[in-house]
Order: sequence, then structure tokens, then C-alpha cells
Amino acid sequence: MEEQKSEAVLIGTWRSPYCQRVELALKVKGIPYEFIEEDLSNKSELLLSYNPVHKKVPVLVHKGKPIAESLVILEYIDEQWGDSPKLLPEDPYERAKVRFWANFYDQKIMPATLPIIMSKGREQEKAIDDMNELLREFEDGMKRDFPGKFDFDDSQNLGFLDIVVATYAGNYKAFNEAVAVAMSPEKTPQFWSWVNALKEHPLIKETLPPHDKLVAKMREKFYGQTTNV
Amino acid sequence: MGEEVKVFRTWSSPFALRVVWALDLKGIKYETIYEDLSNKSPLLLQYNPIHKKVPVLLHNSKPIAESLVILEYIEDTWKHRPLLPQDPHQRANARFWIKFGEDKVFPAVRDSLLKQGKEQEEAHEAALESFKLLEEELKGKKLFGGEEIGMVDIALGWLANLVSVLEEVLVLKFIDEHKFPLLSAWMRLFADIPVIKQSWPPRDKLVTKYIAIREARLATN
Repeated sequence: MEEQKSEAVLIGTWRSPYCQRVELALKVKGIPYEFIEEDLSNKSELLLSYNPVHKKVPVLVHKGKPIAESLVILEYIDEQWGDSPKLLPEDPYERAKVRFWANFYDQKIMPATLPIIMSKGREQEKAIDDMNELLREFEDGMKRDFPGKFDFDDSQNLGFLDIVVATYAGNYKAFNEAVAVAMSPEKTPQFWSWVNALKEHPLIKETLPPHDKLVAKMREKFYGQTTNV
Repeated sequence: MGEEVKVFRTWSSPFALRVVWALDLKGIKYETIYEDLSNKSPLLLQYNPIHKKVPVLLHNSKPIAESLVILEYIEDTWKHRPLLPQDPHQRANARFWIKFGEDKVFPAVRDSLLKQGKEQEEAHEAALESFKLLEEELKGKKLFGGEEIGMVDIALGWLANLVSVLEEVLVLKFIDEHKFPLLSAWMRLFADIPVIKQSWPPRDKLVTKYIAIREARLATN
């Protein structure tokens, strides 16, 4: 039946922020989808056939055709389901600014968490400082390029950058508990008050992984610690 | 129309060339400002305070940085002679390969230039692996964009001229005609397209540049 083919299927994992981005985008647009939980230690034939290049999640399958890479998927969702609410602004210059900062977040800020996870003591402190330097740059960028960005209230629609940031920074409490208190509001207060406001948005609230489960998973994944949770 | 379009570039930046090609393909008139990266102009630092790099596109006083972001901006702003397909799934596929070029192909080739010994071997291997995937993607097509140059061709276009330069500098083969027939044919075809051909930086200067970069890097190790 035609209905089957037009259904959206998301192959992902419950703890991947990249997968949560896609979920949020689909939810914002009100698109029904099926979520297939992937076991990354034992990748399915489905995943390998739909993302042979990277063999990673998320993969969105729509009308039987796969799309990979979270930011590419977000742009696809915005174009395929072109009605409002729009994830990206209409104006080309505004779009360019959003894309610039989404790339900055993915290419600079997200990788900066790895040295924090992998180090201890003084080295870790330095890695935390480096991360905060980047967050400060990001915070300044938001203020300069998107005046009013930090006045987010949860009755607003989520946009591209809200989705990109909330899915990673939104898990800061779990990170602080499992790894180190790296994300401290005093250093970039406006950024974190924005993140906290985003976390109150109903869609984000229901999509971010449960705290305790995520802490346990982080400890297991980063440090090989298993807990009875 | 009173449009002011300026491109901040260097004589050799492969990233800036992407912007030049996109504007030239669309027939957009622009002013070029050449930067000396060892002595960056106040304007460049003002327009790209975050990365302080070229290229920067200035359109009616609005600065845009990051070559791939600029390409999308050019596509959004000047809709004639499209560089991306119309169909959302095909657009997603194009963006996927552009990202692949940036995340996998470029770093592997760059590290082949900058590293030595085992690290260089690994980078070279990774580059070859990435070319295999590009070769697959070209099946049934003469250009990544199909019959005409698209954004993927522009994003990967640096291969068409820098690969042979680096092969000479490193005495290392990257794209063997027999192993990668489609990719080799694509490089020749792309390099020969008039709009592209007219903007290649002088080859001998490029060889000198990359020899110097490698020597400087090895000296710091």
C-alpha cells in the first residue's frame, strides 16, 4: 500500500544526540515515524545496506530511500516537508549564519568533549578551559548574529540551531556526573540559561534520554564501568 | 541592480576557488581582494573574526565565511544555473558527498602531505579508501552533478589540480588511472571546463608552495 512507502523510518540509538536531532526535527514537523533501535556492537544488515559508507546512525529512510548525516537529514526534512514550521529561516543570509554556527558547534565544540573524557587532573582542567573558550565564542556569536536568541521560551517552535545545541548540551548534567563538571553555567551564563530553557520545551523534554540511564551508559562507554541500574 | 559582491581569497586557496567557480558559473560579477595570510587585513579580521581565514564572501556588506556555507548562500541567493538538484533526496545525496569530501577525503590527503613515516602511510591508505567510494559514486555519471557541474564537483574540484601537484611533491601516487578510471576521467573533464581552467593557480607556484609547507612541517617535528 502507498502508505507504507511514505512512512519515515529512523534507524538510531536512544543515546545518540545525532539521532535525537532527527527525532526532534520529525516531531517539530509532526511527521509520524518508526524508530528502529540499532545495536552498534552488532550492526544490522539494514544499517549496513542503508549507510554502507559510514555504517553509522542516524539514517532516515523515507520512501524507501536512505539519508545519512544528521545535518544533511535536517535539511532534507525541512525541504521534503516544506510547510511550517520551518527549521531554517527563509532569508539566505540568516540561513548562512545558522549553517555557519551549526558547523562550528559540530566541528569545534563537540569534539572538544573528547579530551575532557580522556584525561585527568591538570590535563583535564586545560581541556575544560578550552571547551569553555569555545562556548564563549559560540555565546558571543549567538548574541551578535541572532539578537534575542537567548530569550527562548518553550512556546516557540524549535529551529535548526536549537535542535543542534539542545541534543548535546542538553545532556550536560549527565556529562557532569559521569565525567567531570565541565559545563558550568558561571562561565557562559547566557548559553546555559538558553540550554535550560530549551530543556523545558515539551518536545525536547520527551526526547532527551533519561538522566540515570545516560550516566550509566556514559560511564560504561567511556570508562568501562558497569553499574546495576 | 547595485549589488556589491566581493571575494576575499588568496592566489592559491582551494577553498576560495570553490567560491570563484560558483560565482563564475552563475555569471555573477564580483570584486576580488587578495589576502596575504601572513599579514591579514583589518577587513578580513572584521569579516571573519572566528576563523580569520579565506574565503569570505561579502554581499551588500554582509559577510559570509566557510566555503561550503558560502556555496549554499550563493545557491540560495542566485537561483539561476542551479548547482544542486531540485529533488530533496538528490539534494541530500549531494550534501552527503560534499560532507564526505570535507570529513574524509580532504583530511586524508592533507595528512599525507603533513605527516611522515607510519602516520603518512595510514593517511595515504585512508585517502585511497576514500577515492574508492568516490569512484563508486561516479558510476554512470561523467560529473558528480550528472551532465553539468554541480555543487559536489565544485566541492571536490580541488582534487582535479592539487592531486597531481601533491603526487609530484610527495613522490606518492594517489589517483592511479587504472585503479580509479572514473575519478581520473572526472578530474580531466573538470579541469578542462573553461570556467574552471581559467582560474587554476600556476602549477609551478603550487609545487613550490606545497614543498615549502611540507618542509616547514617536517622541520618542526
